[in-house]
Amino acid sequence: MARLEVKGVSQEYGDLRVLDDVCLTVESGQVACLLGPSGCGKTTLFHIIAGLERPVAGSVKLDEQDITGESGHLSYMLQKDLLLPHKRIIDNVSLPLVLQGMSKEAARDQARPLFEAFGLEGTEERWPSELSGGMRQRAALLRSYLFSQEFMLLDEPFSALDAFTKADMHTWFLDVIERCHTTACVVTHDIDEALTLADVIYVMRGAPQAGMPTRIVGEEHITCPHSERATFNLTPEFLTHKRAVLEMLG
Amino acid sequence: MSGEVAHNEVGRSVDGTGSPGVDGASNAAGGTVGADKAQGSASSLGMRLAAPITLAVLIAIWQLVCMAGLVPGYMLPSPLAVVQALVSDWPLLCEHAVTSLIEAGLGLAAGVALGFISALLMDRFEVLYRAVYPLVVLTQTIPSVAIAPLLVLWFGYDMLPKVVLIVVTTFFPITVGLLEGLRSVDPDEIDLLRSMGATRGQIMRHVKLPAALPQFFSGLKISAAYAIVGAVIAEWLGGFSGLGVYMTRVRKAYSFDKMFAVIFLISALSLLLMWAVEAVRRISMPWERGERKPQ
Repeated sequence: MARLEVKGVSQEYGDLRVLDDVCLTVESGQVACLLGPSGCGKTTLFHIIAGLERPVAGSVKLDEQDITGESGHLSYMLQKDLLLPHKRIIDNVSLPLVLQGMSKEAARDQARPLFEAFGLEGTEERWPSELSGGMRQRAALLRSYLFSQEFMLLDEPFSALDAFTKADMHTWFLDVIERCHTTACVVTHDIDEALTLADVIYVMRGAPQAGMPTRIVGEEHITCPHSERATFNLTPEFLTHKRAVLEMLG
Repeated sequence: MSGEVAHNEVGRSVDGTGSPGVDGASNAAGGTVGADKAQGSASSLGMRLAAPITLAVLIAIWQLVCMAGLVPGYMLPSPLAVVQALVSDWPLLCEHAVTSLIEAGLGLAAGVALGFISALLMDRFEVLYRAVYPLVVLTQTIPSVAIAPLLVLWFGYDMLPKVVLIVVTTFFPITVGLLEGLRSVDPDEIDLLRSMGATRGQIMRHVKLPAALPQFFSGLKISAAYAIVGAVIAEWLGGFSGLGVYMTRVRKAYSFDKMFAVIFLISALSLLLMWAVEAVRRISMPWERGERKPQ
């Protein structure tokens, strides 16, 4: 578990200002959701947090350590599952350990016991092309987890799944977060998904292409425990939160 | 498959109307479906045998033409005569084939190595790609038959000019194939590995090279075919041994049967080499078959 603090982050590409003074905090053990319309710069913000890009201003701190522009500190799961088609599932998920210098066999041995917790038992020797969308996403999440248990960035991890699989994956995801003592930050453009997953929702607004850089326009804290989230959307509180979020989105 | 289902459904709904005239039509439709199915399995076998049967028919026609005396025997030997020539000259052909195969093997190995290195360098340094790639393409417009005599003048009658010619012709498909493969990798996959703190070398090893394998093997297959042909062309222009040398000698002796025999041998060797490349490709890319292999 780790605490993430993003302070005053701005980003520009040439004359185009994409992010303007973005500040957010994710406390350890929490799930934060970044909610905003497509194309508002959520992925850019994630690239900055993951250290793939350096912002023009601002800082990213993980447990008080400045990691601005440095990759390799927290795990980043991109929109697509991005399992490498030429590696078996076990080698795909243990890849981060191999990249850190572990031998292939040792990495496999470390990954193997986690397959059950991630609902992937029996798929170890399969090729990614043999797995369903939901299973591939689980494998991608296990790979992220093996890279860093401290903090996970997830960029629209469930957007490619159908509604039924998605609901299953939400429950499963919260369970994994709880059991693995991880902090997570999830990007989504789905309000219901944000309300189901998040302890805190940061609402982003802006249209960089139209000359309006994206800012954080508000935050919504949700106190419902992770274990009761499966039916949370049937409660009046859910609607109250949803109304508040919709107002922020404008 | 889905076509069949659609057929059956049409048949059933038409049945439902109960009118006798339409019933007959539905029966007819059912009959077609059955015939389609039978044809499906037969045609897959037919597809597989189409090429061998065509070849056999052509050879049979050729044999008949020769037996009927439509073409004088010294101009066009019959297939049987070709086989006889192949058998009687077999030890000699083998000797020459070994020389050609060694040249092809050396040239192909060097061509692959050179192609590999140049593709990796051009992938790594964009400037190099911009500067060198158009030149590499330009070299391909020069016919190998045209530079072969030059190579013989420069490097003599031994193996060297042959190997150099093969290198020149084989390295291009490798370079282009591998380079295109390396450049076609999903940039998100590279971002993912970078976010995990992977080095450039690790990205190459775990993502780019495996992803470029299909294009590399397509290039290698073409190169393998070029290698044998390149060896023969270079040998035409001078040398002491090799299938090209043999070919020149039998041509000068007007032994058309031996001429045909050596042509067939050259095609067979090229095919064999391409088949070997295909076998290596299958072994090195097991994920394409999607099979489970216990490890």
